[in-house]
Amino acid sequence: MALQQELQVQPKREVEKKRERTVPSAAFLPATDIFETDHALTVIMEMPGVGKENVDVSVENDVVTVEGRIDFSKYEGLQPVYTEYNVGNYMRSFQVSSKIEQSGISAEITDGVMTLVLPKAEKAKPRKIAVG
Amino acid sequence: MPTSFNNPFEALLAFQRALEARMASDWMDATTTGLGSFPPINIFQKGDDFVAVIELPGVDKKDLNIEAKENTIRISGRKTIAYDEAASVHRRERVFGVFDRTLSVPIQIDPDVVKAEYRDGVLALFIPRAERDKPRAIEIR
Repeated sequence: MALQQELQVQPKREVEKKRERTVPSAAFLPATDIFETDHALTVIMEMPGVGKENVDVSVENDVVTVEGRIDFSKYEGLQPVYTEYNVGNYMRSFQVSSKIEQSGISAEITDGVMTLVLPKAEKAKPRKIAVG
Repeated sequence: MPTSFNNPFEALLAFQRALEARMASDWMDATTTGLGSFPPINIFQKGDDFVAVIELPGVDKKDLNIEAKENTIRISGRKTIAYDEAASVHRRERVFGVFDRTLSVPIQIDPDVVKAEYRDGVLALFIPRAERDKPRAIEIR
């Protein structure tokens, strides 16, 4: 049973710096699933600690960029005594090949998992060609 | 090691450094199931009490069980992911399955007063030190 498998820890991967940033902190790559159907591209990202008010999604030149910020104030007054993972903002972008219908993009975040549905533009949907 | 959180930009970096510096700590070595177990746990001190912060993105609250007994806290549950079978897959990085981890804290606790909060995929366990375990000031006559 695939469901019974024991979960393993996935070490967080840090974002490689492609551009310089002025915010002095490490950002992490959210674990991501991407699915494509005839109608839409679905991107699911795990960003624990990120609420719906702290996530930015933008699509520009076929690049989907997601930024999630953690509410760092919750950690105020806490002193780390034992740690197994690091905490930081999340950042990831993808180049998408299909033309995306910008107005139809929907995003929701539940339990730290964001589901982003990017509907394909009419012209990008595959056409069934009937053989005459 | 007091951490200052005055500058919001420096604060996160300082915090990340503090977490990083604690990575090699053997403080809990004998008392948890050890590194590599799921879910990863961070433990913080807040005055006399402890706060354990555990990342469990995508776990439904009702699939999460927390039991406290004596000075151990057991965190178990399952994480499920529903896949759309008709879709073609570009990336599949998320993992799912069952987990079970027991944490022993090196202080005496009252299992009844351990509080758990699950929000945005992060579980926070507030572990107050038992009254009987609190240090007493000894008066010198």
